[in-house]
Amino acid sequence: MKNTRNFSIIAHIDHGKSTLADRMIQYSGVVNDRNFKNQILDSMDIERERGITIKSQAITLPYRSKDGEDYILNLIDTPGHVDFSYEVSRSLASCEGVLLLIDAAQGVQAQTVANLYMAMEHDLEIIPVINKIDLPSADVDKVMEQIDSELGLDPYMSLPCSAKEGTGVEEIMEAIVRNIPPPKGDPAAELAATIFDAQYDSFRGTIIHCRVFEGTIRGGDIVRLMHDETTHKVEEVGAFLLPRQKKDSLSAGDVGYIIAGIKTVSDVQIGDTITLDKRPRKEPLPGFKESKPVVFASIYPIASDDYEELAVSLEKYKLNDASFVYQKDSSIALGQGFRCGFLGLLHLEIVQERLEREYDLSIILSVPSVRYRFTLNDGEVIYIDNPAYYPDPMSITTSEEPYIRAIMMFPERHMGAVMKLCKEKRGENSTLSYPSPGRIELIIEMPLADVIYDFYDRLKSVTQGYGSFDYDIIDYRQSNLVLLDILVNGDRVDALSQIVHRGSARERGLRACERLKEEIPKQMFKIAIQGAVGGEIISRTTISAYRKDVTAKCYGGDITRKRKLLEKQKKGKKRMKMVGSVAIPQSAFISILKSDNT
Amino acid sequence: MVPGIYIHIPFCLSKCGYCDFYSVTSTEKISPFIKSLLKEMEMYHGCFSRFDTLYLGGGTPSLLDSAQIEEIIDGIRKHFPLSADTEVTIEANPGDLSREAAESLFKTGINRISIGIQSFDEHILSFLGRRHSSIDAISAIEHIRNAGFDNMGLDLIYGVLGQNMESWMNTLRKALSFRPEHLSCYQLTIEPSTPLGIQYRAGEIDPPDEDLLYDFFMRTSELLEASGYSHYEVSNFARGDECMSKHNRKYWDHTPYLGLGPAAHSFYGNRRWWNHRCVDRYIEEINKGIPPIEKSEILTREQLRLEALYLGLRTKMGIDMEEFSKQNGCDLLDEKGALLRTMEQEGLITITDNRLCPTRSGLLVSDSLPLL
Ligand SMILES: Nc1nc2c(ncn2[C@@H]2O[C@H](COP(=O)(O)OP(=O)(O)OP(=O)(O)O)[C@@H](O)[C@H]2O)c(=O)[nH]1
Ligand code: SF4
Ligand SMILES: [Mg+2]
Repeated sequence: MKNTRNFSIIAHIDHGKSTLADRMIQYSGVVNDRNFKNQILDSMDIERERGITIKSQAITLPYRSKDGEDYILNLIDTPGHVDFSYEVSRSLASCEGVLLLIDAAQGVQAQTVANLYMAMEHDLEIIPVINKIDLPSADVDKVMEQIDSELGLDPYMSLPCSAKEGTGVEEIMEAIVRNIPPPKGDPAAELAATIFDAQYDSFRGTIIHCRVFEGTIRGGDIVRLMHDETTHKVEEVGAFLLPRQKKDSLSAGDVGYIIAGIKTVSDVQIGDTITLDKRPRKEPLPGFKESKPVVFASIYPIASDDYEELAVSLEKYKLNDASFVYQKDSSIALGQGFRCGFLGLLHLEIVQERLEREYDLSIILSVPSVRYRFTLNDGEVIYIDNPAYYPDPMSITTSEEPYIRAIMMFPERHMGAVMKLCKEKRGENSTLSYPSPGRIELIIEMPLADVIYDFYDRLKSVTQGYGSFDYDIIDYRQSNLVLLDILVNGDRVDALSQIVHRGSARERGLRACERLKEEIPKQMFKIAIQGAVGGEIISRTTISAYRKDVTAKCYGGDITRKRKLLEKQKKGKKRMKMVGSVAIPQSAFISILKSDNT
Repeated sequence: MVPGIYIHIPFCLSKCGYCDFYSVTSTEKISPFIKSLLKEMEMYHGCFSRFDTLYLGGGTPSLLDSAQIEEIIDGIRKHFPLSADTEVTIEANPGDLSREAAESLFKTGINRISIGIQSFDEHILSFLGRRHSSIDAISAIEHIRNAGFDNMGLDLIYGVLGQNMESWMNTLRKALSFRPEHLSCYQLTIEPSTPLGIQYRAGEIDPPDEDLLYDFFMRTSELLEASGYSHYEVSNFARGDECMSKHNRKYWDHTPYLGLGPAAHSFYGNRRWWNHRCVDRYIEEINKGIPPIEKSEILTREQLRLEALYLGLRTKMGIDMEEFSKQNGCDLLDEKGALLRTMEQEGLITITDNRLCPTRSGLLVSDSLPLL
């Protein structure tokens, strides 16, 4: 145990965590060069295409240190995007230390700070690493200053590296061995292992990812999951090599996996403690905070015949994404579907893309919404995350919406633009500080609804890429809310409705009309689009009809070709949802939240 | 629903830049081709009971001399029963229609001629890469009339780059001055595999915009209908119903047709098949005694229905919904009633006596109508 080190790599998005993990993996030689590919831990297609990490990944690296001893380094690569910060916090619970990466050109960013706090809460040893020193715009001295003044860490502890070129990797490996404490715990004690992740494998069932804090677990043991007292026989334990490697046992201090014939991922609870049935531990280890969905939207199949297939696919999808939640729902315009909860808009996009890709489904998502709280005349308090269930306005005494506390960091010169943006997004109670000269940290409270949509993109654009942002949900606050409906050729399309602040209703209505005008292709007849609040039309636009598409010649040799083209177009049209006589493309539903600048 | 015969003559003296019909510019294969054609007829001997149209298309059938044309027509008569009133059409290039040529064509028994005039504007003709001039066109028409043809069609093209409404209207009025029985007015289509298509993809030329093409179409239709022509299909106009192309109408209502020659398509019942698009291969297979068929397809009920819908909507006659439901097992009013009403309100179709007909502006979107 004294030669084991458990650590995570944490950082702001894109600062190079996965790339550094690549270099460490190569350095340890667990993957030969032929099998190596960049961002090797980003195993999902969607991660590789978008170049971002969505799920934390653990891997075990053998390492012979300069002190001549052999070490086992358990590394966890974590995602940087805010939506997945929950993944980070779970990973940290199985570590004694972290590498906190900072991009040498970008410096400290909002998630750098947020992740640092998380690591400090877990009492972890923190090794700052300044990455991307190969970039011409790298400014190591300035980042060292920021490490001192903004993070409160000793800048002389920090290690420079270029994950891209592989420089500084050995020093990092050595620092891990030297500075991160070995795990504590007694292999002979009662078993206590924390589940920090679970993945579904179609051959083996659920693969539990765990950190053993006390005791030892072996194949053949009967284990007990403490949250529901169910028992399972362990089929296999092992370490996260590439691929997985079976071991005889995992004991205190180890990070590894357990396969115990558990069918679905929902049967295990992330954060739960595993103990031995015949020698159980009394108290479970402290668990994790539950991940809570903050954005909600309904998913409908484009062809209503595909409802059953969608239901089956969602069930399967859920096996591998515990933070995705859903239940049955139906819409007047779009038929039978499911109401789903997501960690954020990126999470939503990813779920949509994976469902389409991995399950070959054509789906429509309704306009995303946050969860509102209403107090009714009779004193009842209800939560509404679906505009379709907006209560009768006459029955509402108080309406409230969720607020966040946002932390933003950006260069001083963008102050004006950022404040303007925050004001537009109804920000209040701001506090400003100057963590280092020329840099601003702004803490401000804003309604979540105004932030989820395009706030981050806008912030990036007004700060020319130098602004970063992180947030926590704080509480519900009273707000003057109304239901904004969208009518297409006079028919209300419930899946396009939004709950909005009264003050921004007109502007949001106009925007929705404009976006729909861009997204809905011209059709053979005029399409009227209107925004309405309580029956009053507050915005409108029309999509003119297109006038000409016919091919000039159609004789014997053209007929089959033409038919094939029509068949193809018909298929393309299946990707649009018919609402009355109007075909609305999938993209329209999310587009109406986007503002002009994105 | 009496079937028709189409014969593809795959030779042209030069290739026009916009054309994606199958043809070759070397003429030395003409006589082996005719031999093969006669053998192909033999292969279908006895397969059809009767035909009432024969159409020599291409390519440039007028490149053949009258002896060759007679040989082909005799072959047809030998192998297939033709009705007494059979419409026998030939496509001709104005450059080939000397007085003598026109007179001997008339003697072969051809009773309808479709002349590829395209334009009376020299600029447009040279842009299109045509080998004839507008003077040729005018004298060709005169020779045809003088030879005794009383069923003459003129083919014209509009929407050519650089063509304005005035140039087009001049061409159209000039064409009308000859009182042709039939007019085909095709909007120029940029086909991907043609020299024009390649220029287009390379960004060297811009197609005319949609609004202009719309105006071209509407003005054409208005002028011709006012001059006594019936706009009976998207691109076709007839001076009275009896002047409609009996042959071409078969393509639009699923009447069977037999196509002979390279690249020719045939249709019968629910089957469509077509020959190799290569004159050498065509000759070779026939010499081996194999039908020169490249491919055939059996249309599913759904495909037949889609075709019936889109082909029907290209024509002024439109779709008889009762007949349609009998043939295709689908009641259009039941299934798409609301949509059809919307389109009726938009002035794209009319629904009267259970007949669904495209209006003038409906014809222009008739490729999208069947997608609803
Ligand atoms: N020049 C340079 N580029 C680097 C370096 N390290 C990473 N990058 C690039 O930075 C981008 C982001 O790298 P990743 O390793 O995917 O970043 P990440 O922190 O894992 O990103 P998330 O998982 O999405 O938070 C990629 O384009 C890398 O090639 C470096 O040392 N130098
Ligand atoms: S347009 Fe007619 S003449 Fe010109 S290449 Fe095509 S088939 Fe031959
Ligand atoms: Mg990553």
